[in-house]
Amino acid sequence: MWKFTVRRLLITTPQIILLSAIVFILAKMMPGDALTGLIDPTLSQERIAEMREKLGLNNPWYIQYRDWLAGVVQGDFGQSFKYQMPVTELIWQRVINTFWLSLVSTIMIYAIGLPLGIVSGRYNDRLIDQLITGYTYLGFATPVFIFGLVALWIFGFMLGWFPTGGSVEPGLEPGTFEYILSKLHHLLLPSLSIALIGTVGTVQYLRSEIIDTKQRDFIITARAKGAPERRVYNRHIFRNSILPIAAFFGYEIINLINGSIFIEQIFSYPGMGNLFIESIMLRDYSVVTALVLLSGILAILGALLSDIILSVVDPRIRIK
Amino acid sequence: MSNPLLEIKNLKTSFRIGEKYYAAVDDVSLNVNENEVLAIVGESGSGKSALAFSVMGLHNRAKIEGDIFFKGKNIANLPTKEMNKFRGNELSMIFQDPLTALNPLMEVGRQIDEVLILHKSNMPKSQRKKYIIELLERVEIPRPKHVYNQFPHELSGGMRQRVIIAIAIANQPELLIADEPTTALDVTIQAQILDLMRELKDDLNSGVVLITHDLGVVAEMADRVAVMYAGEIVEIADVDTLFNNPQHPYTRSLLSSIPLLDDAQDKLHVIHGIVPSLKHLPREGCRFSARIPWIEEDAHEEQPTLHEISPGHFVRCTCYKHFYFPDESKEDQNHDVAKS
Repeated sequence: MWKFTVRRLLITTPQIILLSAIVFILAKMMPGDALTGLIDPTLSQERIAEMREKLGLNNPWYIQYRDWLAGVVQGDFGQSFKYQMPVTELIWQRVINTFWLSLVSTIMIYAIGLPLGIVSGRYNDRLIDQLITGYTYLGFATPVFIFGLVALWIFGFMLGWFPTGGSVEPGLEPGTFEYILSKLHHLLLPSLSIALIGTVGTVQYLRSEIIDTKQRDFIITARAKGAPERRVYNRHIFRNSILPIAAFFGYEIINLINGSIFIEQIFSYPGMGNLFIESIMLRDYSVVTALVLLSGILAILGALLSDIILSVVDPRIRIK
Repeated sequence: MSNPLLEIKNLKTSFRIGEKYYAAVDDVSLNVNENEVLAIVGESGSGKSALAFSVMGLHNRAKIEGDIFFKGKNIANLPTKEMNKFRGNELSMIFQDPLTALNPLMEVGRQIDEVLILHKSNMPKSQRKKYIIELLERVEIPRPKHVYNQFPHELSGGMRQRVIIAIAIANQPELLIADEPTTALDVTIQAQILDLMRELKDDLNSGVVLITHDLGVVAEMADRVAVMYAGEIVEIADVDTLFNNPQHPYTRSLLSSIPLLDDAQDKLHVIHGIVPSLKHLPREGCRFSARIPWIEEDAHEEQPTLHEISPGHFVRCTCYKHFYFPDESKEDQNHDVAKS
């Protein structure tokens, strides 16, 4: 088990290095550089050339990459030109906000998806299943940013039940009960928007797994043992159907990153996604590269997590 | 004679296709006594498994008419809750495919344990484990303590079938239904499994319904044989009579389609055609008539019934009196002409 995990971790190292190179090269290939957008237009050409030289922007790309990578390894992603602060510091606050958003969304995704999937699969083709399946089709067809906008408009703007932006009420002392409550209040609507759309995949997947498992021979064996339906479902059908869902958990993280980019923008929630779009607009490349690299690493780790979970829950691929 | 262990009377099991119900088991009556092996033979689609599932109450959406008396109690259409007291307990089943009949995510020991938890709830856990290991020994699984914690995929097909047998006999059933228990196994393993089943049957003194299409298995195991065709029983007799003096055209065709080592025939007999699908089963007249077209129509009864031609030997329809095998060589010539 440990050997397997360590081996998988070792494999991810070259993946991450490759990812960093691609991210860096792509950023370099984009038009303009850090000095194009934000410097004083009255500055003379000589002065700009001098600054270029000083910042190492005239070096060949591999030297620049080496310097950048050396910084990254030490947790230094450079300066943000927009905010005039170290990227690491800037991102850190945003990462925490996004973490809470993702956590609450994930809980909601499973809190909604598991019961709906189970009911839908157990009573397939009955009315209740048709209603749930109808919802999943609607969810598949609705882009999350449209849904988020409508939710914001109805519950935030018209009904005023939820705040329409930010991550916390200003003027509250961090750590107090009111502060946490306010944070949660700000999280609910964006999380719910992500979850209601994001969960439809889980519902559909679980439904088809259950329908599939229901027809397996070992379910007949269980019934032939004299097991009551409740036991047949709980011990045999659900447990076996939830396995691929559990294994999918790691990949769910990747989806959350994608989903939160739009949702954070719509709810002006100060998270990574929001920062990402803003930085692209302003050509704040040191922030963009940092964020892309971070999301990439998260995706790789998510896939790793899925592999590990699967090997833990499924005895057929258990590593000894 | 005392009451039979299992008495099936006029059982009719129908499945719904579209708006109508079609009977897969049509008016079947059978008895099974203690310590008796009744084999049910027939081609695929003849209704053997549907019959077994009806007795176990395992059909999901079938209409079951008629009576199934188990130890004098009618268990046909019994509510699931009532039925669960019998299933896995006095009445148990061995399945066809050991590769799929076990839950892949549960240790072997726990799968056997389940049937004990369900029917012997007052047995403490440590005792159950001891008993399960005894059971594994009883079905001749080597290293039972080790196998107790293994998963099905770590065992071979033969071993898995032994585990399934262990589950079936865990509560000393009085009636054991074996649905093609050796079909998915290779021949050497088949013989071992059959030996084991026979031993266990003698130990437990239980009745066995053995469903198979393998006449070799029948010859080895059965006391009596019921031959099914298209949902009906066409012939019942004790095993010696059936093999030595088969009467119904279907039984005779089946027997003459077995290759024999000491009888160097040029060609095996082939029953032309297939069992019609459920929806297209003939519901009137002799159901086998379509596959023996060279027999004249007046040889068949209009409403074929079972006739007792000697004590305990029943044959359906009157066509058996007029049946003969066609001259295969001549027939082949005809085929060749037709082809060219």
